[in-house]
Amino acid sequence: MTEILGVPVAVLSGQLMLGVINGSFYALLSLGLAVIFGLLKIINFAHGAMYMLGAMCTVLMFDAFGINYWVALFLAPVVVGCFGIVLEYFLLRRIAGQDHIYSLLLTFGIALILQGVLTNIYGVSGLRYSMPEVFRGGMNLGFMFLPYYRAWVIVAALVVCFGTWFLIEKTRLGSYLRAGTEDSQLMQGFGINVPLLISLTYGFGVMLAAFAGALAAPIYSVSPVMGSNILIVVFAVVVIGGMGSIAGAVITGLMMGVVEGFTKVFYPEGSAAVIFLVMVVVLLIRPSGLFGKEA
Amino acid sequence: MTITKKLLTSAVASALLVGSAQAEISDNTVKIGYLADMSGTYRDLAGPNGQTALEMAIADFGGKVNGAKIEVVSADDRNSPDSASSTARRWVENENVDLIAGLVASSVTIAVSNILEESGKLGIVSGSAASSITNEHCTPNHIHYVYDTYPLANGTASAVVKEGGKTWFILTADYAFGHALEGDVTRVVEENGGEVIQTVRHPFPTSDFSSFILQAQSSGADVVALANAGADTTNAITTAGEFGLTQSGQTLAALLLFLTDVHALGAQSAQGIQLTTGWYWDMNDETRAWSDRFMEKTGVRPTMVHAGIYSSTIQYLNAVKATGSDDAQTVRKQMMDTPINDMFAKNGYIRKDGRMVHDMYLAEVKTPEESESEWDLYDIVRTIPGEEAYRPLSESKCKLVTQN
Amino acid sequence: MATTTTQTDIQQSIVKQQKSEQRKKRILNLVLLALLLLAPAVMYPVFLMKILCFALFAVAFNLLLGYTGLLSFGHAAFLAAGSYTTGYLLSNFSGLTTEMGIIVGTAVATVLGLGFGIVAIRRQGIYFAMITLALAQLVYFFFVQAPFTGGEDGMHGVPRGHLFGLVDLENNYAMYYFVLAVFLGGYLMVQRIVGSPFGQVLKAIKQNEPRAVSLGYNVDRYKLLAFVISAGLAGLAGSVKTVVFQLASLNDAHWHMSGEVILMTLLGGTGTLLGPVVGATFVVNLEYQLAQGPLGDWVDPILGAIFVLTVMAFRSGIVGEIQNFMRKNMS
Repeated sequence: MTEILGVPVAVLSGQLMLGVINGSFYALLSLGLAVIFGLLKIINFAHGAMYMLGAMCTVLMFDAFGINYWVALFLAPVVVGCFGIVLEYFLLRRIAGQDHIYSLLLTFGIALILQGVLTNIYGVSGLRYSMPEVFRGGMNLGFMFLPYYRAWVIVAALVVCFGTWFLIEKTRLGSYLRAGTEDSQLMQGFGINVPLLISLTYGFGVMLAAFAGALAAPIYSVSPVMGSNILIVVFAVVVIGGMGSIAGAVITGLMMGVVEGFTKVFYPEGSAAVIFLVMVVVLLIRPSGLFGKEA
Repeated sequence: MTITKKLLTSAVASALLVGSAQAEISDNTVKIGYLADMSGTYRDLAGPNGQTALEMAIADFGGKVNGAKIEVVSADDRNSPDSASSTARRWVENENVDLIAGLVASSVTIAVSNILEESGKLGIVSGSAASSITNEHCTPNHIHYVYDTYPLANGTASAVVKEGGKTWFILTADYAFGHALEGDVTRVVEENGGEVIQTVRHPFPTSDFSSFILQAQSSGADVVALANAGADTTNAITTAGEFGLTQSGQTLAALLLFLTDVHALGAQSAQGIQLTTGWYWDMNDETRAWSDRFMEKTGVRPTMVHAGIYSSTIQYLNAVKATGSDDAQTVRKQMMDTPINDMFAKNGYIRKDGRMVHDMYLAEVKTPEESESEWDLYDIVRTIPGEEAYRPLSESKCKLVTQN
Repeated sequence: MATTTTQTDIQQSIVKQQKSEQRKKRILNLVLLALLLLAPAVMYPVFLMKILCFALFAVAFNLLLGYTGLLSFGHAAFLAAGSYTTGYLLSNFSGLTTEMGIIVGTAVATVLGLGFGIVAIRRQGIYFAMITLALAQLVYFFFVQAPFTGGEDGMHGVPRGHLFGLVDLENNYAMYYFVLAVFLGGYLMVQRIVGSPFGQVLKAIKQNEPRAVSLGYNVDRYKLLAFVISAGLAGLAGSVKTVVFQLASLNDAHWHMSGEVILMTLLGGTGTLLGPVVGATFVVNLEYQLAQGPLGDWVDPILGAIFVLTVMAFRSGIVGEIQNFMRKNMS
């Protein structure tokens, strides 16, 4: 039995691997979205734009100042994170407590501005960014050739995802965060600066998106429009996982990467739609997502 | 409105009869509407810089034709046939626009050409790839100038098969343009004795191609052909490089690459790729001289579309000058009768289906060592004569050809 | 004795005020109607028709968002379903009169709406939005794959045909008054629904769903009906749009379109009858004007800035803010 449905097992193992790699990107992006939704109740339609900013930052910092990949991987998310905090402070904060739809409209507007302005400056063909020297080449796994960089993507994404989960679920800061969003007045009473906490959370969620962007820079075409299509898919991932569930977002991200990967083998045309099919089915069976708490 | 409508229809009728209606320029103005994607996926290959090329043409022509002034209006079609057709309709019906230029996304082009046919005005398509524009969608009111999918497949695929690439894996963007290209490539490969062993259609757009590249590798085909465009193609090429596709002995053939795409990839990632182009800025003194002027204004080197917009505008204005008329059929006939010899094309000519036939070029992307500057990217390997490159009229499904 | 007189006085004055308000409204509506009837003399009819089609789409959407409190993120599917069905019928069956094509298109969208509704209606808030989005993405995928849509190239050259087999719609003026009639029909229908007991129940659901349940209403059934009507009207807008432009394209089915109708509605003012009309007019006009001008390539950032401004500065939308202003200054 070396074939499944006419596809060699070696190919399938390769696709499984690639699915996990793509899933890592979904996990990082949906994690940020889930953190922001879970703690701030904001539907961040600017998430794709923040992913794009992370990648653009990485490229532009190299072009302008020769900042190398490793520094950019740290610096780009910080820069974009700070930008996120500014947005939160001047805009999002002022509509806290309003209907979801306003945060959706606001962040969508921000995304349009960012994307449009950068398109006018840098065009849409994409910016050049070369692979860091250490990651050139790859290893032969027997069933596939795995570029070193893709292996690094898995490691980096999983470490960051686990770190985030740990930070929010297991540390004191995380418990403040969770409590602060449940009952901010009480937390204020305890002497904790809740507004600051919320700004930082938004900044952090955005940072995760920018980190994914920086991670994507060497392997995907970096352009101002790179974030607009991934956004909807990542939303689907978060919903399937259960809005606001941190672990759910990560696990579902990886799973959806794999599901999409296999679809690319058996029915490639449908690989863009399969996630939405899964989403409909999941919501029919479990209305609050795979890992969400029953409402 | 009914009166204008009647006037229009009678104008169309008389134009169709003789092709030399009124020998005068309507309201003493030649008005050109530039309609293109200014902000979306196809921005860089035509877009705002295409308008610059158009304006350069008018300035070089002297800004006036037979004493009539030349005006330009422009609009972003937003890649939406709705927006494009409401703009185009208003231009031709209310604002006396004589020529619509630009035209990139095929859905936009087909929508606009229908309006042109209805209203009896002229269009010159420079950006679209679909060969159906002068085949099943042909009208007596438009000209397709720069390139189409037919020569893209012809040039690249036949060259690669002749070099020994017998078995093919085609990765196709899953929409009309990709399907057309896939069909054309399959035909060319089989005619030359090659075989297409697998085709995979990917959703449009796709950002991660690793899965498809892996499938291409395990197919064992000699050649992996990319029947897609823009960001899809650049992403696929980057990924192919990362996964060592060419190191393992497979040839990568990109069927539609614009200079801006190759520039985005850089010589490092794109080296050795063969592609077919209608024009390249660094072919001779004439092309270089024009490109230098273009670059002064825009900061980038022109794509074949930019050059085509310039050239076709000059051709159009020459025809208006020669006939003293801006009537669509009069001008179109004059353009068909005049061979095109300029920095864009040599001995190019416009067929009755509206196809501008000219030589195409098989190019290979230079290695980083060979490439002397940022835009020094292509080696022209072979000139493909226009007759050989484009779909022969004998295979045409165009109503203008089959009727006679 | 004295107290009763004051009570009747107050009642009378309230009645009088209501009457005068109604009169004012009626006058406003008549003025608007007159403007719409005369508009093609000044403005380009095809452009006006585009506005009317999107206005109808937004009015349909507002029945859900503004009066039932349901945020659908998949309304593009209905617009496209109407659009493609009508386009297909009119292109392939030459004997068909235009209104038949439109009626069938609307019917298909209505049935699709029923399907969406049955799947989605039990979900709350953001989950409702997301499941409608997912379903619409599947519909989009269907339209990409189905051979009759022409995929990315779109469906072109749809004949406008003859209304009732009599009126030649190739004439832009005939077409305009037909579109205007359809739009007014849709608008008045929504107005009637909102004012009816059914509409009152919808509003009650929007304000407080558990209370509506405890009052004994079968909330899901009301919501479903509202959803189906909204879907049908959106389909009608799509069908008419196809006849006007003589084409149908994937843009109609893309999620951007679902987003755009949300924006139009919010910008104009949700929960007001005129709001979506004003919003649609504003957005279509703005996109159009900007695309022509020197700022041609800045349409997106400018639209984005307007959304940000709307949310920050006038959240009730254009019509909503005007109403608030009037209320403040009249009383």
